[in-house]
Amino acid sequence: MATEHFDAIVVGAGPAGSAAAYTMAKAGLSVVLIERGEFPGAKNIFGGVIYRKQLEDIIPEFWKEAPLEREVVEQRLWLLGDQSVVTLGHRNEAFKDPNNCWTGLRVKFDQWFASKAEQAGALNIYETVVTELIREGNKVVGVRTDREEGDLYANVVVVADGVNSLLGKSLGVHREWQPDEVSLAVKEVIAMPKEKIMDRFNLEGNEGVTIEFVGNTLGMAGLGFLYTNQDTLSFGVGVMVSDLKKKRVKPYELLESVKQHPMLRRLLQGGETKEYAGHLIPEGGYHSIPPLSGDGWVICGDAAQLVNFVHREGTNLAMTSGRFAAEAIIQAHTKGDFSRVGLSLYDRLVRESFVHKDLKKYKGLHNFLRDSDPTLMFDKLPRALNDAAYQMLLVDGVPKAEKQRMAMRGITDAAGGLMNLVKLGAQGWRAMNG
Amino acid sequence: MSSIAEKLYTIRYKVDENSHLVIKDQEVCLHCVTKECQDFCPADVYHWVEKEQMTSVAFENCIECGTCRIGCPTYNIQWVYPKGGHGITYKFG
Ligand SMILES: Cc1cc2nc3c(=O)[nH]c(=O)nc-3n(C[C@H](O)[C@H](O)[C@H](O)COP(=O)(O)OP(=O)(O)OC[C@H]3O[C@@H](n4cnc5c(N)ncnc54)[C@H](O)[C@@H]3O)c2cc1C
Ligand code: SF4
Ligand code: SF4
Repeated sequence: MATEHFDAIVVGAGPAGSAAAYTMAKAGLSVVLIERGEFPGAKNIFGGVIYRKQLEDIIPEFWKEAPLEREVVEQRLWLLGDQSVVTLGHRNEAFKDPNNCWTGLRVKFDQWFASKAEQAGALNIYETVVTELIREGNKVVGVRTDREEGDLYANVVVVADGVNSLLGKSLGVHREWQPDEVSLAVKEVIAMPKEKIMDRFNLEGNEGVTIEFVGNTLGMAGLGFLYTNQDTLSFGVGVMVSDLKKKRVKPYELLESVKQHPMLRRLLQGGETKEYAGHLIPEGGYHSIPPLSGDGWVICGDAAQLVNFVHREGTNLAMTSGRFAAEAIIQAHTKGDFSRVGLSLYDRLVRESFVHKDLKKYKGLHNFLRDSDPTLMFDKLPRALNDAAYQMLLVDGVPKAEKQRMAMRGITDAAGGLMNLVKLGAQGWRAMNG
Repeated sequence: MSSIAEKLYTIRYKVDENSHLVIKDQEVCLHCVTKECQDFCPADVYHWVEKEQMTSVAFENCIECGTCRIGCPTYNIQWVYPKGGHGITYKFG
């Protein structure tokens, strides 16, 4: 690579980076998009659900060409007991046409999205790690890569390097994440014949369903997921790293133990594991968001902790933040001012959007989860709910009024008293249905 | 039930000759009470080798998640990405 000067360098071809590169290239800026993987998506996993609205804002009618799996018409939430489940869910034809969201797989999706940026005029460079940001004084002026003579210069660098964000760290915009600010998720992609998936999950045509489950994570704060793809299932479980450290459980053993739950075993059996994967999820929330821009740089997506984990929304926040960053850079380009002030439109756009507002809505949740006993929310309560449901439905001659009292007592006891339960209930409801 | 070896076998690796994961100070591992890197790593990269009194690093199994970077209580693991194009390549993601 010769030393060249670009309008913008984007580091990372995930949803944030590709959105930024696409938007800037389309506006005629000279953009280079650098990705360390063999191709975009090579290093990336998610659950995963891709939402329509925020990608449509970037590429109208993208669903006509993007590699998507199934149209999600039903979302289920399962509260697991040892060998039981209490289910909640919502299915609605209104989620179709236009679709609300789709399931997807990152290897295909990320390659497609990055190729859109390339078609718009970006220069995509793969198999290249950005090892550091080049600075002049306080100002970021380029990137150093692990290629020979691999220095590249630009007016602005978009830091979209994902959850580990070594570059964000090097900027000093965030200290190292604490173990309670990230979850580790392990996932398997499990192959299963299409017809079997459609029968088991009650689907027609291209319909898809998502299941999230709480409970059975050995008392760790966490969540499991099972999503339907065309002819595979995405199955995984994520737990807070601080809890994982305390429990001394091997992540893949947790995955295997969850698989044995009678509800999940039935849905998974006969499938063949095609891929095992692991990735961190930023879960620090609102208070972990770093400053979003400075002289010659902006930071987007997971690198800036922009994940709404309550609603498992990450890709859409990443895309929107990437688009906003691009819009700010386009404005800075017109004005010729790439200083912090010149780029401040980015901060403002984020602040005025759902990204900031949604994270703000849940701003208390991270501390709530950090400070509360995870065994309560993620083990005792789901268990108590299952016991209560069991008792209420069991016909054994015990009068109903007494059953109801016992069921309520079981739940309040698990929560450590009625007041605690009310408080927890309010927060829990918000956490899952906000 | 599939073992971790079988799980890792599903991932394509292009292994670099140099490790991207380096224990900064084996002396620190020696005094580490929990040696928890042996548990939280989803790819079984770290093992305490009693005989040699050191943490061994099977970096070729690493799935690049970053947990050890944040999880080691003394930040005793120097963590960078594998060289461009090396390390894992998922086929589904
Ligand atoms: C298990 C799991 C389930 C999830 N489920 C969902 C879901 O269902 N729906 C949803 O919307 N979100 C979900 N998320 C969150 C979502 O995946 C992320 O929020 C989103 O991918 C963030 O996009 P990003 O572009 O910021 O980062 P990433 O997607 O991580 O992209 C960063 C890119 O930068 C590259 N890179 C990093 N450092 C360098 C460097 N130094 N040089 C060159 N390249 C570099 C990486 O290889 C990567 O391609 C999930 C996440 C996980 C882990
Ligand atoms: S947890 Fe850290 S200090 Fe302890 S043995 Fe592992 S690498 Fe060494
Ligand atoms: S990055 Fe993840 S997979 Fe690699 S050694 Fe660290 S914990 Fe293990």
